[in-house]
Amino acid sequence: MATNQRSTSNLKWVGTRPIRPDGVDKVTGRAKFGADTFVPGMLTGLVLRSPHPHARIKSIDTSKAAALAGVKAVITAADFPEMKSEFVPAGEMLVNHRDISRNCMARDKALYDGHAVAAVAATSGSVARAALKLIEVDYEVLPHVTDVMEAMRDDAPILHDDMFTVGVEPTPDKPSNVAKRVEFGLGDIEAGFAAADVIIEREFDTAAVHQGYIEPHACVATVTEDGQADLWCTTQGHYVVRAHCAKLVGMEISKIRVTASEIGGGFGGKTVVYLEPLALMLSKKSGNAVKMVMTRDEVFRASGPTSSAHMRIKVGATKDGKITAGEAELYYQAGAFQGSPVQPGAMCAFAPYDLENVKAYGYDVVVNRPKVAAYRAPGAPISEYAVESVLDELAKKLGIDPIDFRLKNAAKEGTKAAYGPKFGPIGLVETLESAKAHDHYKAPLGPNQGRGVASGFWFNIGGETCAAINISEDGTATLMAGTPDIGGSRATLCQIAAEELGIDYDKVRPIIADTNSLGYTFLTGGSRATFSSGLAVIDAAGQIVKQMRERAAKAWEIPVEDVEWEAGVARAGGEHAGKHEPLTLAAIAATAGKTGGPIAGHAEINAQGAAPGFGTHVVDVEVDKETGRVSVVRYTAVQDVGRAIHPGYVEGQLQGGAVQGIGWALNEEYVYGKDGRLENPGFLDYRIPVASDVPMIDTVLVEVPNPRHPYGVRGVGETPIIPPMAAIAAAVENALGIRFTELPMSPPVVLAAIEAANGGA
Amino acid sequence: MAKLHVTTTVNGDAVEYLCEPEQTLLDVLRDELHLTGSKEGCGSGDCGACSVMLDGRLVCACLVLGAEMDGRSVETIEGMAKGEKLHPLQQKFLEYAALQCGICTPGFLIAAKALLERNPDPSETEVRFWLAGNLCRCTGYDKIIQAVLDTATEMKEA
Repeated sequence: MATNQRSTSNLKWVGTRPIRPDGVDKVTGRAKFGADTFVPGMLTGLVLRSPHPHARIKSIDTSKAAALAGVKAVITAADFPEMKSEFVPAGEMLVNHRDISRNCMARDKALYDGHAVAAVAATSGSVARAALKLIEVDYEVLPHVTDVMEAMRDDAPILHDDMFTVGVEPTPDKPSNVAKRVEFGLGDIEAGFAAADVIIEREFDTAAVHQGYIEPHACVATVTEDGQADLWCTTQGHYVVRAHCAKLVGMEISKIRVTASEIGGGFGGKTVVYLEPLALMLSKKSGNAVKMVMTRDEVFRASGPTSSAHMRIKVGATKDGKITAGEAELYYQAGAFQGSPVQPGAMCAFAPYDLENVKAYGYDVVVNRPKVAAYRAPGAPISEYAVESVLDELAKKLGIDPIDFRLKNAAKEGTKAAYGPKFGPIGLVETLESAKAHDHYKAPLGPNQGRGVASGFWFNIGGETCAAINISEDGTATLMAGTPDIGGSRATLCQIAAEELGIDYDKVRPIIADTNSLGYTFLTGGSRATFSSGLAVIDAAGQIVKQMRERAAKAWEIPVEDVEWEAGVARAGGEHAGKHEPLTLAAIAATAGKTGGPIAGHAEINAQGAAPGFGTHVVDVEVDKETGRVSVVRYTAVQDVGRAIHPGYVEGQLQGGAVQGIGWALNEEYVYGKDGRLENPGFLDYRIPVASDVPMIDTVLVEVPNPRHPYGVRGVGETPIIPPMAAIAAAVENALGIRFTELPMSPPVVLAAIEAANGGA
Repeated sequence: MAKLHVTTTVNGDAVEYLCEPEQTLLDVLRDELHLTGSKEGCGSGDCGACSVMLDGRLVCACLVLGAEMDGRSVETIEGMAKGEKLHPLQQKFLEYAALQCGICTPGFLIAAKALLERNPDPSETEVRFWLAGNLCRCTGYDKIIQAVLDTATEMKEA
C-alpha cells in the first residue's frame, strides 16, 4: 500500500475546488435516490407497526389482508429464519443478527411504538394501506419504560428475559435492562482527586436526537424464481446491507446484488437495515419487484435515533490549571435492543486531554424505544459535552481562560490516551491556538450575549476497501468506488486519481459500483470514505502507472527502470534520456491493444493508519429573556483536517456538523408521552435548525498531516458535531449566569430557569 | 375506485394523467409522470423538498392534490435548466459546493428562484427567512445562502 508522502508544492488537483462529477445530476433532478427508481410490475410494500411500546404478540391473523384483491404477499416474523444471538463487528459498532432480525420484524413481543409487526405488498399504495387495516394483531399490552434511569430500577419492566448484565462480577442471576458495563482508564483517580485544589462534580442529561436525514429509507427488491436478487436502496454501505440481508432472509451473499442509490443523508442512520429484508421477503413470496418507502412518521418512530443519556462527571485540577483526575459515569439508552454507543462514549470522554488519572464507566441500557443507530461520532458528543461543560466551569472557578485551560492539558503527539493508544501527530493544540487568535474570540459582545468554547475528539477509522480504475482507449479513465458518495467523495476521489495519474480531473468519470462489480467495501462512515477509498485509488493508480512505464519501455525497447513517469508523461531516462519522444498516458492508452492489452488497476486493501480528528469551536449566543429562546449569533469551527483534498466539501462537513450540534443543543428531542408513544414524529414538532435559525458558520482548516496517508488525509466528518453542545452551554452560562446541565436548552427550559433565578415568575 | 382524468401543463408541456382522488401532486409527478426531481421528505409540508411553482406560486407539491391540477400549470426542477444551459442558481450551487447529499437541492433551487423573481436584491436575512421552509441537514445552510446571494449579484450585473 502506498504510504510515501507526496510533496505538497506541485499539486495540480489536490487542495482545489472542482465541481463535483455528480453535481449536474443533483441540481437538475436527474440523480436517482432511494425512492426514485421504478421496475416494471413493481408492487408497493407497506409495514404495519405496533401502536404499543411493549406488548406480547399473542397472534397475528393476516387472512383477511391476504384475501383482499390486489394484495400479493403478507409477511410476519414467521416468514424469517430464527437467528441465534451472536455479535459481529460492523465498523464503529457491534451487531447481533438476532436483534437486527427482531428489530426489522417483531417476534413474540413488540418492543416500541412503531416496531414492525407485519408487512404487505400490493398492486398500489391504496390497496396496501387498506390491507394493513385488515391485519388483526392480538396484543397483550405490557408495562413499558422509556427512561434510561427508570429502566435500571429493580421494579422496571424487563424487555428481554435473557439479558444478564455483561461486564460485572459476578454475573447477575436476574435478568435486567442493563446489557453491559464497560470501563476504561489509567492511573489512580483517588490519588488524583486528593492532589486537586478544586473538584467539580455534576450530573447531566441529554435527550435522544434523530439523525434527521431528509430522505426517508427506501428500497426496491427483486427476487427471481431461481433465487437471485437485485436490491436497490439508499444506504451508507451496500456491502453491509447485502451481508445483513443474506443472513436475515437466508440467502447466499453473492446471490444478492445491491446497488446503492444516491443517498439523501445518513449521518450513521443508514448503516443498518430496516425495509430491505422485508422487501426481499415480500418479493420472494409474491414473485414481483417490491418498492418500500418509509413515511417521515416511520423514520422517526422506527429508525435511528441516537441515545438519550444520564451522566455523572467529576474533574479535579490544581490552582494553576493542571487536571489531576477525571471520572465519568455514563448511562446510555440503547433503545429496545442493546448496542448504545456507550463504549466509544466512554473512550472519548477525556480523550482530548493528557491525563494521568482517568476513569470512565459506561452502562448500555435497553428501554421501550427504537433501537439506536449510529449518529455522527456515535457516543462522543454526549460524553464530551458533559466533560467539556465541567472543564468550562473549572476554568471559570480557577480564573483561567477556557482556551488556556485546555492548552495546559491538551493531548499532543506522544500522549497516551485514556482508552489505550499513544497519539501520533495531532492538531488539538493548533486548533486551540487558532481559535484563540481568531477575531471572533476577541470581538465585543452585545447585551444578553455570551461566548463559549469547547473542543472535541473522534477516532476516525479505515477498514476494508476496494477501488478500480480502467483506462479507456482515448486516455480517459473510469473510477469505481465502493463507498456511497454522501457529501462529495466522488469529487475527492477523482481529484486523487487525476493527481496520481497525471491527467485532468474531468478526464476521470466515477461510479459507485454495485456489490457484485467490486469487492467488499465497508460503509461510508467513521469518517473513512476519503481516507480509505482514497488510499485504494492511490494503489490502483500506482498499478496503472507501473503498466504505463512497462508499455513505454516496450515501445522504446529500453529497460523499464529507465522510464521516468511524471505528470502523466513517460520519458526515457538514464542513458536513453532524450533519445525517444515522450509518451503521454493518452498515447500509451491509444496503442494498449497492441502493447499488451487493456490497462487497469484495482486495489483490495484494509486501510490502516487512520488518524484522529480534533476540533475547537467558538460560539456567541444571545438569550431572549422574555421567551427563553437562545439564538446563535456567531459561530467559528476550527478543526485539524489533516489535509483538505476538496476544501469546499471539508468546510461543508464542519458547517453541517456544527449546525446539527446547534439543533442538539437547543431544539431537538424525542418526546415520549406517559403512554410510551412518541409525541413528535414529524419535522414540525421535531424541529431541526432552519436557515433563519443560524448564522454563517466560519471555518478554519488547520492542517496537521496524517503521516500514514500520502496526502496527509485524516477523517473529517464526525468531529464537528462534538463541540457545539458544550460550547453553546458555556455561552449561555456567560450570557445568563445560569449553567444548564441538560439538553436541549429549549425555550421552555431556559425560560423556567430564568424565572427560577429571578425568584419565580 | 375510479381514477380521475386531469389535463394540465407541466414545465410548459401539455400533460394528461389519471390519478386516484387521494394522490397528491407530488405522488402524480413522481409515480405517474416519473418526474422524481421533486422529493418527498415529510409529506406534510414541513421540509420543502417537494417545492414546485404552481401557477407562478411557490408551493409544496405534497400539499396539493393531483386532482386539483386540471387547467393549471406546474414548474418543477426538471424544467429549470434550458437546453444545455443551467440556470445561474444551479451553476452557483455547484461552484459553492452548496449541496452535500443533494436530496434537498431541487427544493432549494425552486424556492430560491421564486425569491429572486420577487426580490432580485435580497439581504442575507431575507434569504434565510425565505428559505426557512426548506430543510437541509448536511450543509448548515452557509454555502446555500452564499450561492443564492452571489447569484443575485451576478444576475443584477447581467
